[in-house]
Amino acid sequence: MEQIFFFIFAVVAVGSAVAVVAFRNPVHSAISLMVCFFQVAALFILLRSPFLAAAQLFIYVGAVMVLFLFVVMVLDLGRASFDEPVFHRRIWGIVVVLGLFAEVVYLTLKGEPSHIKGPYVDGAMMNNTEVMGTLLYTKYIYPFEIVSILLLLALVGAIALTMNSKGE
Amino acid sequence: MPEMATILEVLFIIFKVVVVTMILFSLPLPLTWMERKIAAHIQVRLGPFRVGPHGVLQPFADMMKLMFKEDIIPYKADKRLFRIAPIISMVPVLAAFAVVPFGNDITIPFLNEEVSLYIADMDVAILYILAITGIGVYGIIFGGWASNSKYALLGGIRSTAQMISYELPMSLAAIGVVMITNSLSLVNIVNAQQGWHWNIIYQPLGFFIFFIASLAEINRIPFDLPEDEGTLAAGYHVEYSAMRFSFFMLTEYVAMVLASVLAVLLFFGGWNGPGFLPSIVWFVVKVSVFIYFFMWIRFTLPRYRYDQLMTIGWKILLPLSLFNVLITGFFLI
Repeated sequence: MEQIFFFIFAVVAVGSAVAVVAFRNPVHSAISLMVCFFQVAALFILLRSPFLAAAQLFIYVGAVMVLFLFVVMVLDLGRASFDEPVFHRRIWGIVVVLGLFAEVVYLTLKGEPSHIKGPYVDGAMMNNTEVMGTLLYTKYIYPFEIVSILLLLALVGAIALTMNSKGE
Repeated sequence: MPEMATILEVLFIIFKVVVVTMILFSLPLPLTWMERKIAAHIQVRLGPFRVGPHGVLQPFADMMKLMFKEDIIPYKADKRLFRIAPIISMVPVLAAFAVVPFGNDITIPFLNEEVSLYIADMDVAILYILAITGIGVYGIIFGGWASNSKYALLGGIRSTAQMISYELPMSLAAIGVVMITNSLSLVNIVNAQQGWHWNIIYQPLGFFIFFIASLAEINRIPFDLPEDEGTLAAGYHVEYSAMRFSFFMLTEYVAMVLASVLAVLLFFGGWNGPGFLPSIVWFVVKVSVFIYFFMWIRFTLPRYRYDQLMTIGWKILLPLSLFNVLITGFFLI
């Protein structure tokens, strides 16, 4: 039963991810990206982490994509802006994709993705939020703090960039 | 062959989903009538009076009219997106009700089966509701953009900015309640308020922020800038007609019900009340009071200007809600 759901979500996720780059209209691409985020959230639920799923919806679908659409609609990007050539972009694209593919193949052959990493018990699933919170504030406190500071820096940076020199 | 108990459980869930959906789809009928009557009485008029006694059949007449009207799609519209936008705005609001608890568990007389009055008790219910209602804004954005009309696009763009600005204070106000209860599940939040320990007593500022932000989230006056008829004709749904238009209206009413339900669950003790009535009755009574309150506000207050809307969101409500979280934290320590 779960496998059927997994395949539905996975196929739609990959399909919409392809659609993101295949569509010519930026708004249509944005919608496909949204669908993709949705499927990833569904996959998180299948992985027994409802908190991550809700956060995914909240942050990516609810906030990031709204901002994306805002910019896309206000700027009214035409087709022309997509033809701007990046220096050797095709070669770099192929290199990156091949590198990622090699990594995935290597990990799969090593049996890494199918290897269960943490305690996969009922208690951990039901108190998903609690477990995540405890881990973030104890074991992973330093990475968590560093990410927070990075985000704060980005916030201040964004304000500093948009402010003019008179400080208005 | 699965067990009999499992089949029964699945049947109950399907039954509950059907009942909740039917209720939500039929709710706009009495609500539109109520809204027009309340508006009329506030403005010293009679309101709808011709169709049925006191005009109670008016919503049915309106429904018939909307059903038989022509569904016009503008020539230069993005047709597929234009068609799907009302549905995108409707589905998330309905989906949010999947985790809303309506009352204590009840026992069905003949089957002797304990039935819970919610479809699902999620571990992250409140987060789920806040996340999924945030998605409803896409219906408005896409509707505005796909219409290929200036007014509609402006309505859509206003809506994006408004939603982002007010989602933050709303979520932060809810965090105060979560901090007190120590749980994200709505059932737990209500159970923690038993015996008149309603959160409104401990979180008055939180409720104030939550209420104002939810007014803005559901696009009601004084924050209905996306459909400001004074400057934008009708905003995002200016090009819509017939059933697609009524989907937008339905969304608006169900969203109002959801906002009332959330306010009751988070701050007003949910279904807790004096014991002489069943829990669900108390719940319905409280939600109705809030719905009336929303309508009352609509016909009492004028609309804010757009810059005022942004000022209230970012410069007043957001700092206040952060302050609320801080204060709650201090009290908990």
